[in-house]
Amino acid sequence: MIPLSSYLAVSSVLFVTGLIGVLIRRNFIIILMSVEIMLNAANLNLVAFSSYLDSMTGQIVALFIIAIAAGEAAVGLAIIIVVFRGKIATNVDQINLLKW
Amino acid sequence: MDFIWLIPAFPLLAVLINGLYGHRLSERAVSVTAVGSVGLSFIIAAAALIGLIDDPTPRVYTLFTWIPGGDLVIDFNALIDPLTGIMLMVVTGVGFLIHAYSIGYMHGDSGYARYFTYLNLFTVSMLILVMGGNYLVMFVGWEGVGLCSYLLIGFWYERTSAIKAGTKAFVVNRIGDAGFLVGLFLIFAHFGTLNYTDVFSRAGELTTATATAITLCLFIGAIGKSAQLPLYTWLPDAMEGPTPVSALIHAATMVTAGVYMVVRNHVLFDMAPFSLEVVAVVGAATALFSATIGLVQYDIKRVLAYSTVSQLGYMFLACGVGAYVSAIFHLVTHAFFKALLFMSAGSVIHAMGGEQDMRKMGGLAKHLPKTTAVFVIGAVAIAGIPPLAGFWSKDEILGAAFKHGAPVLWFMGLAAAALTSFYMFRQVYMTFFGASRMNHDVEHHLHESPNVMIYPLIALAALSLLGGLLLGFPPEEGWIHRFLGPTAGAQEAHAFGAIDMTLMVLSVAVAVIGWLTARRIYLKRPATADALAGRFATAHSILSNKYWVDELYDAAVVEPSKRFGRVFNRFDDRVIDGVVNGVGNLTQSGAAASTWIEKYVIYGLLNIAGYANHIAAAVLRRLQSGQVHHYAAFLVIGIFILVNLYLWFVDDNSVLFFLGRLSLSGRN
Repeated sequence: MIPLSSYLAVSSVLFVTGLIGVLIRRNFIIILMSVEIMLNAANLNLVAFSSYLDSMTGQIVALFIIAIAAGEAAVGLAIIIVVFRGKIATNVDQINLLKW
Repeated sequence: MDFIWLIPAFPLLAVLINGLYGHRLSERAVSVTAVGSVGLSFIIAAAALIGLIDDPTPRVYTLFTWIPGGDLVIDFNALIDPLTGIMLMVVTGVGFLIHAYSIGYMHGDSGYARYFTYLNLFTVSMLILVMGGNYLVMFVGWEGVGLCSYLLIGFWYERTSAIKAGTKAFVVNRIGDAGFLVGLFLIFAHFGTLNYTDVFSRAGELTTATATAITLCLFIGAIGKSAQLPLYTWLPDAMEGPTPVSALIHAATMVTAGVYMVVRNHVLFDMAPFSLEVVAVVGAATALFSATIGLVQYDIKRVLAYSTVSQLGYMFLACGVGAYVSAIFHLVTHAFFKALLFMSAGSVIHAMGGEQDMRKMGGLAKHLPKTTAVFVIGAVAIAGIPPLAGFWSKDEILGAAFKHGAPVLWFMGLAAAALTSFYMFRQVYMTFFGASRMNHDVEHHLHESPNVMIYPLIALAALSLLGGLLLGFPPEEGWIHRFLGPTAGAQEAHAFGAIDMTLMVLSVAVAVIGWLTARRIYLKRPATADALAGRFATAHSILSNKYWVDELYDAAVVEPSKRFGRVFNRFDDRVIDGVVNGVGNLTQSGAAASTWIEKYVIYGLLNIAGYANHIAAAVLRRLQSGQVHHYAAFLVIGIFILVNLYLWFVDDNSVLFFLGRLSLSGRN
């Protein structure tokens, strides 16, 4: 039996990886991927607690999150493609049209 | 008869209309408003008079409580009795004619609306003066007419002499008003009320000494307002005003306010024989004194001014010998013929293009027949030739003086009557008859005045002709005597006897003598006037310099006052201004100090606060990079810190410790 703490540790590592990716990378696609990693870290947490507490709620929420992540990825990629077409850039520092 | 308040209300309304909007209205609108309002007042006053003839009991109408002050309660009320009724008729009736005359006289003047505003305001004040039911309301009117007199004397304010004359009138009147006020204070101190009815019904409580003090104070007021010796000097100067003003204010109404006041207070005067003597002596002396000055004046209006002073003297003589009704009778007839004389003199001045010197006139009868006719009627009336108005009233006064047992006063009056007749006919002959002394230009432009000026003159001429007969015939038993007798102190009834007849013949005789002398000197042999002046050089010089009274007052009162004023001015300059300046300098130093504090301390603190903000902003500004990463990083750092704090304070733990526990539990 793998203890809960191990799941939590893995999910923490995943979350922090994703967080650092969001914070330090400038490529829009990488950032999007990092966000996905963070979402999955959260999923792992939910599933781990679900099994630990013998409750299905966590697993159902995880399913919702997967669905939402798919939608988010689709929208995000669409935006990236539109921006790329207009600006020829995927670097978020250069996407500053709406900054004052 | 509550409509009584409409009498002053109409002219007051006209004052508001002409005063506020007159400069935008046409001359026609202004004059219709002004003259119409007085006309309406006249109609209502006539209605009131008819009511009084039916039932002459005095009535008091209270409009509102004016001064509700504990023990001092003063109503704004009117006392309507036959005396007021007569005065109302004079003020509104003669006033109406003079207003109408002014339409023509003031035509084209740049101050047309202003003129009528003042004139209406004067009418309002005069009405309040005669209607007032207590001393304070009367005082309001009293001061109001003084103010309007000042404003109208100085109406042509571009002329320095007009301004000076106005100021002089105001200041001299003020001396009288001071006495009048003291009288009011005394009355209030003794009766605790200022209502006529209360005061007169309780007059018996006064001692003779108090009554004398009160009445003398009141009489000082009358002296100032009615231009008696020794305060008459303002009236001749008041001729600087427009001529209708001289007619209305300085002949017919305002100057008679003093007479009205004495008659109104006859109950008090009757209790003070000494005061009555003073009144009679002052009146007779003034009548004679100013008549002598009138003999040698050359200004057509000044002659009339001195004549007015003289006639007012007669009225006071009448009051002084207890003939109050005769005083009012003379007041009424004098209003008729003196207004007539002034306004026909105005018509002459109008025709001559502003010339007032009689030495430059002569022979005007050919050119101004109507004016000449009415002026002569006025002159005959004032000279005391029967059956014109002046004869009846003047003769009654002289008779009353004689029968009062004051033959000296009677003789002074008789002499003044002779002089009056002389200077009036002198004026008539110098102005209207004889050879012309006009220069050619003026003679060429002579024109009779327009009808709007002539009709009022004709009306007044008719009144001067018949007024005496209608009001006061037979002598001492005429309508006015029966009407006024009960309210104004009935004179002892006399059978009209031989003595009256003698006196009457005498006074007619002196009038005729005066006339014939004037005719001889000024019509037949114009050279005699100069010859006489040369022969009696001293007397002539005294008279033409008006006894040097003005100079005497200048030296005795005006100059010392000025010197006194200069002393105070220096005191003001050095001491009061010194203190003020000292305080000012102190304040300035204080201000300098606080400026320094402000500049270096307060601004310093503010600047420090500002710099602190500036520096803080320079640091904090960097947080707002606009980079989502940075915000996200802050978010993460913030959450990290918050979670740590939570664990630290709630569980005595930290994340690191927590992680350590996790790993330990994992190992288990």
